[in-house]
Amino acid sequence: MLRFTLRRIWQIIPTLIVVALLIFVIFSVVPGSFAASLFSDGRRAADPQMIARLNEEFGLNKPLMERFITYITDLAQFDLGTSFRTRQPVIELIADRMWASLQLAIAAMVFALALGVPLGFLAALRPGSVLDTVTMIGAVSGLSMPQFWLGLLLMYLFALQLNWLPSFGYGDGSFRNLVLPAVTLGVTPLALLARTTRAGVLDVLSADFIRTAHSKGMSEAKVVRWHVARNALVLIVTTVGLQFGSLIGQAVVIEKLFAWPGIGSLLVDSVAIRDIPVVQGTILVIVLWFLLINTAVDLIYAAIDPRIKQE
Amino acid sequence: MRLGFNFWLGALLTLLVVLAGVLAPWIAPFDPVFDADLMNSELPPDSTFWFGTDGQGRDVFTRILYGAQISLTVGIVSQVINSLIGVTLGMTAAYWGGWWDDLVNGLTNVMLAIPSLIFALGVMAVLGPGLPSLLIALGLTNWSWTCRIARSSTLSLKSQGYVQAAQTLGYGDLRIMFTQILPNMMGPILVMATLGMGSAVLSEAALSFLGLGIQPPFPSWGAMLTDARQLIQLAPWVAIFPGLAIFLSVLGFNLLGDGLRDSLDPHMRTRNI
Repeated sequence: MLRFTLRRIWQIIPTLIVVALLIFVIFSVVPGSFAASLFSDGRRAADPQMIARLNEEFGLNKPLMERFITYITDLAQFDLGTSFRTRQPVIELIADRMWASLQLAIAAMVFALALGVPLGFLAALRPGSVLDTVTMIGAVSGLSMPQFWLGLLLMYLFALQLNWLPSFGYGDGSFRNLVLPAVTLGVTPLALLARTTRAGVLDVLSADFIRTAHSKGMSEAKVVRWHVARNALVLIVTTVGLQFGSLIGQAVVIEKLFAWPGIGSLLVDSVAIRDIPVVQGTILVIVLWFLLINTAVDLIYAAIDPRIKQE
Repeated sequence: MRLGFNFWLGALLTLLVVLAGVLAPWIAPFDPVFDADLMNSELPPDSTFWFGTDGQGRDVFTRILYGAQISLTVGIVSQVINSLIGVTLGMTAAYWGGWWDDLVNGLTNVMLAIPSLIFALGVMAVLGPGLPSLLIALGLTNWSWTCRIARSSTLSLKSQGYVQAAQTLGYGDLRIMFTQILPNMMGPILVMATLGMGSAVLSEAALSFLGLGIQPPFPSWGAMLTDARQLIQLAPWVAIFPGLAIFLSVLGFNLLGDGLRDSLDPHMRTRNI
């Protein structure tokens, strides 16, 4: 198990390096210089002296290869560069906001799990029932709905009309501020979890060992608990992992809508003012997050189902 | 081939969006951009303004009809680009194998590790806002799944008798790929593209909502929702109708794609991507 774990963690590094390379290349083929667009206010052209000073300060005049080597060397030392705008280290800017993002992602996932898994399970045990139909219609609707629109409607209803919850902001980080953004963000994983759980359970129910269990006189409740739940778990863990990994990415719009101070809103604000070091750093952290979660899922997966480690 | 209820519902919704977009210049009662009259701002829905008016006094119904043009353009063009990239890479990787296959596989894995909206945001940061950048950003974003499907289909088709016959006859590689292999995997590729339309429309809406996609005054559904946060208390219709338009068109594409897939392969399990 230890060797398997180490191998999986080790495999993250090449992917991360290629992603870093990709991000670097994308941001280097940009037409026009960042400095120019950073300082121009749309009416006057940027002051050439300012551009020269910024290019000098951030080493933007150096050859591409040299810049890339500096970039990778800095990365290896966990240095993500310095913000064009605030001159703060990017890693600090991200660290300041990481906790808010994590809170949001975890809360959204808990909400999705608490509702999605039981719904999918019940739907699969009674296929064709009203609950099944309603759950599946709800799931396809949840996947087709723009999340930020749902967020707007929830905000309108629960904050502005009913006055139950604050409409936006982090406040003092209390639970009340977390509810609306977390529910909004949780809808997509909720819909996916309901669907996968249902599909997984239906799949298991038709397996031979279930028929065997029934025919040897095992009670329904016991079959579900012993065989169905355990086998469906693998699929659920995979979905949870994949969703959890991409939640921080999906949260970008929700964080912006609810003025939630996570790394998603940091990314959007930095894109808007073209603060490239921050954009690069944030994307890299989001990808690292995704890869780490995926690796964790693989490990859990191997722990639940020993057949997987064999490959 | 049996097509279920979902497929027809999806087809109907898609048809509505296409009709709205194509017929907008004839059926829209106003101009989407220039008929702005501050005297008429934030009027509730009535017989003149079916869906009410927005903060600049423009007719929301008209803007939604024209918005369909933008959503359809984004959906179709981005999926054509996605499919071209995905099919070309996946098919050649499986057919030629070797280092090219390894390279394409590696690239696909890397792309799968970057959430698509984040990648699109990055590309928009480089290219700046606007429709052309949006088409490029979304066209470059989602090809990895198509590539995987094209690759696995090609791998299994490669050993088919007719492909081997074509090889024996001395057909060139490209000719075999485009005349023997490609037509036989069009089904799954089409399904991916249809489902991809839905996610492209959602991404466009999200990027435009953030102010990084289609810029005002153009009537993108997502951009129409940008102001809605400020207006929602006074004029909820400004928030409700554009969102409903996005929801129904994406639902249409998703149902259409799901229905197509189920009819092509009844054994395939419900999509869990």
